[in-house]
Amino acid sequence: MKDHYQIAIIGAGPAGMAAATIAAKHGASVLLLDEQPHAGGQIYRAVKRQSIKDRDVLGADYYVGRGLVTELDDSAVKHITGATVWQVSPEREIGISKDGVAWLVTADQVILATGAQERPFPIPGWTLPGVMNAGAAQVLLKSSGVASPDAVFVGTGPLLYLVAYQYMRAGIPIRAILDTTPKSNMLRALPHLPAALTNLGALLKGQRWIKQLHAKSMPFIKDVEDVRLIGEDAISKVEYRRAGQWQHIETTQVFLHQGVVPNVNLAMAAGCEHTWNDIQLCWRAETNAWGETNMPGIAIAGDGITIAGARAAEFRGRITGYGALVRCGLMNAAERDRQAQPFQSALNGELRMRPFLDAMFRPPRQFRIPEDDATIVCRCEEVTAGKIRESVTLGCLGPNQLKSFSRCGMGPCQGRFCGLTSLEIIAETRGVPVEAIEAMRLRAPVKPLMLSELASLSAEPELTD
Amino acid sequence: MSTTYDAIVVGGGLVGSAIAYGLQRKGLSTVILDEGDIAFRAARGNFGLVWVQSKGTDFPPYAQWTWKSAESWAELNAEILDITGDDIGYSRPGGGELCITEKELESRREKMLRLQSHAPHFKFEMLDHKAMRDLIPDIGPEVVGGCYSPADGHANPLYLLRGLHQSLQAKGGALENGGKVTAINRQGGTFSVSTAKAKYQSAKLVLAAGLGTKDLATMIGMNVPIRPQRGQILVTERLKPFLSLPLSKVRQTSEGSVQLGDSQEEVGFDEGTTSSVMNRIAHRAATMFPHLKHARIVRAWGALRVMSPDGYPVYVQSEDHLGAFAAVCHSGVTLAAAHALHLAGSIADGTLPDELAPMSAQRFTNA
Amino acid sequence: MHRIEREDAPEFTFEFEGEPLTAREGDTVAAALLANNHRSLRTTAVTGEPRGPFCMMGVCFECLVEIDGVANRQACMTEAQSGMKVRRQLGANDLGKGPSFDDDEGASS
Repeated sequence: MKDHYQIAIIGAGPAGMAAATIAAKHGASVLLLDEQPHAGGQIYRAVKRQSIKDRDVLGADYYVGRGLVTELDDSAVKHITGATVWQVSPEREIGISKDGVAWLVTADQVILATGAQERPFPIPGWTLPGVMNAGAAQVLLKSSGVASPDAVFVGTGPLLYLVAYQYMRAGIPIRAILDTTPKSNMLRALPHLPAALTNLGALLKGQRWIKQLHAKSMPFIKDVEDVRLIGEDAISKVEYRRAGQWQHIETTQVFLHQGVVPNVNLAMAAGCEHTWNDIQLCWRAETNAWGETNMPGIAIAGDGITIAGARAAEFRGRITGYGALVRCGLMNAAERDRQAQPFQSALNGELRMRPFLDAMFRPPRQFRIPEDDATIVCRCEEVTAGKIRESVTLGCLGPNQLKSFSRCGMGPCQGRFCGLTSLEIIAETRGVPVEAIEAMRLRAPVKPLMLSELASLSAEPELTD
Repeated sequence: MSTTYDAIVVGGGLVGSAIAYGLQRKGLSTVILDEGDIAFRAARGNFGLVWVQSKGTDFPPYAQWTWKSAESWAELNAEILDITGDDIGYSRPGGGELCITEKELESRREKMLRLQSHAPHFKFEMLDHKAMRDLIPDIGPEVVGGCYSPADGHANPLYLLRGLHQSLQAKGGALENGGKVTAINRQGGTFSVSTAKAKYQSAKLVLAAGLGTKDLATMIGMNVPIRPQRGQILVTERLKPFLSLPLSKVRQTSEGSVQLGDSQEEVGFDEGTTSSVMNRIAHRAATMFPHLKHARIVRAWGALRVMSPDGYPVYVQSEDHLGAFAAVCHSGVTLAAAHALHLAGSIADGTLPDELAPMSAQRFTNA
Repeated sequence: MHRIEREDAPEFTFEFEGEPLTAREGDTVAAALLANNHRSLRTTAVTGEPRGPFCMMGVCFECLVEIDGVANRQACMTEAQSGMKVRRQLGANDLGKGPSFDDDEGASS
């Protein structure tokens, strides 16, 4: 049941779509795989068939994605939706699963464009029903027009303000915004402001959201130092500390957000080297200007390299697409350089903003490394911060050993929501920098798949012994 | 903090830890030197079986050593429980091997008879489909039958490892983590072992570093010919308990997840997984337990077995440097009791048990 | 949760815990359940504590429910369909050996 393509791209967000269409345009056979039922990734979720009547709710930036989706639909790209990729081997054998059936495909070139996910937000009570990520609020709004009135938004970072702003535009009452951005971040960010001013439009836009949110008569509380989520079977109250004083707000819905981080699982399992990025506090894929990694034929595009936003992802997608075309022998290097040049300039423009944003919205330590030992770090296996600290005192040196000591990282999310937290806890408890600790070893299957799917992979399996 | 001990054990895996605990238990001050998180930790890939059936079928010394260990396992388990208060998940309900063709069944029976021919205490029963179904209700219709032996059992390999470490430390032993051994020297009757962090001295030295033993052994002129052999394992999400009997290729852990194995691949130090082997393991598992087909596989990896040329353990004392020993095997859980309660005692006395002579490294150099 | 103003998407019904609920075309099971104010979708395998959707993008594995007899399916990654039967996932997957299980004919693969 094997199939072969010149270029296979995993992820149909802006980076994946941009790479796919440019590659197909220049004659490559291109396969684009994505888990969602429609193209767009997370940022442009449901953009093509968006049915919210008032376009001001989601904002103009969102609808930019429509162009990319249309371009994709008009292209010769083979786009398979609802497809989970559970393996990309070093030899570029791709394991796919859709509707209960799994099969294998190979490609000369693979581009991983799996984008980003939200950073974990391990505070007491974060596992209670009624507590979700701000991105979840956005998905519900974009895909189904569903919203939660009287929610409390907690955290820091552009996406938090964007979602609150979208709620405001849609006329959905917000109970409160608890802003955890520390005062000291502004001082850290100031030296980077001049560079960011080259992207004045984006900065002013963000400023405008925040200003308009402040103007509303709902509490927009800044300098929040600590947060606890309280409830029995679901969230009922948010406790927060500000200027040393604890206060609370009653609510049945909380949206958390403190930044996004690259989805590295597929890339790491494929053997791509990553180093610790202490600015963005996450893993950074080692790529060259064309997105190529240490693994021959495997490139990465978009937020999977570093977090840089939707437009940067699109430009990275184009650039990586051109790179792949040369490696397929469908374009020469000079032509590639020429075609990629405007996208490279545009990308540089987007990247100039990043140091300012990264500093301004750097999530504070107490929200990344829970002080309360009873806080759950590994949601799947219910492993607490205290258990992780105890494991270190018992001799556990890193996240791989941690699995054996505590089961942290052994659940179905495969470390996606505990990996960064446990790494930082281990580093802090051992008294070493994160760079001194080896990353969690990840292998296929990179998403869980059913035994029946794996069992039916080939027509003629050899039977054992 | 002292760096002089009666015994240094290099390797804090299942073999090293059992021997170290056994030495400390005999009154020798013992330290384990372990590489740390990045080590090829065979224990992580160990299925957790305390397995007698199919061991040493054609090599009586190994069959007897295995038997000895299985019979003393309850004692080791009790000691660890007593010292640490922790349950390492050991039980001895017997063990099974499922066959999905008549040929497999026949081949299995022949093998068991061969084992029994030199190990008459080894009991087994060949079961047809119906009889096997009485034992294990969830087997699929294509299972033609299998083999059951009351001598088999299982334990949690990682709890065992932790239990051995804690027991060692409770008795006054030490565990030094996070440093590869870079040099071994001998002066007079003292071994001197260096890591990046420190230098340790002892009268006795045991190299039990799994795949790392080969290189370490050359530092004191010993030849321990071992190589990695990969066995891929799939692990499911937590499932409600349905299988209390361990099988050689399917085992449900106490947390509910089911381990599925296995393969024997010669791929060097590659711990990766391959779609073809995962498919084969999954297909066989679904044949043996059809209701597992809706179980999700959440993890898979290629575990590297420590394999000697004939597959049996290697136990050797250096002839040039008396007091230096090497011990490697791929059945660290099964042999843990023998290592802790029998081997360690001999090493403490400066010898290897006579019964282990056929498993010395000599057998590879002899014609 | 409630719906904001959109071009109408056709409505249909599905079942949650035996109770009929309304959903709209394009809803995931998670979105439909949340729209009907069901935030708690399962209990955990370790301590039995309640959980509900968290990330809505398929990476957290919190929104696990039983759909049409198959356990531990991600509600946020499954499109809701007319007549679907959804139940809470209580603890670990019992592989359909519970009362709601309909035995497949010819079980072996």
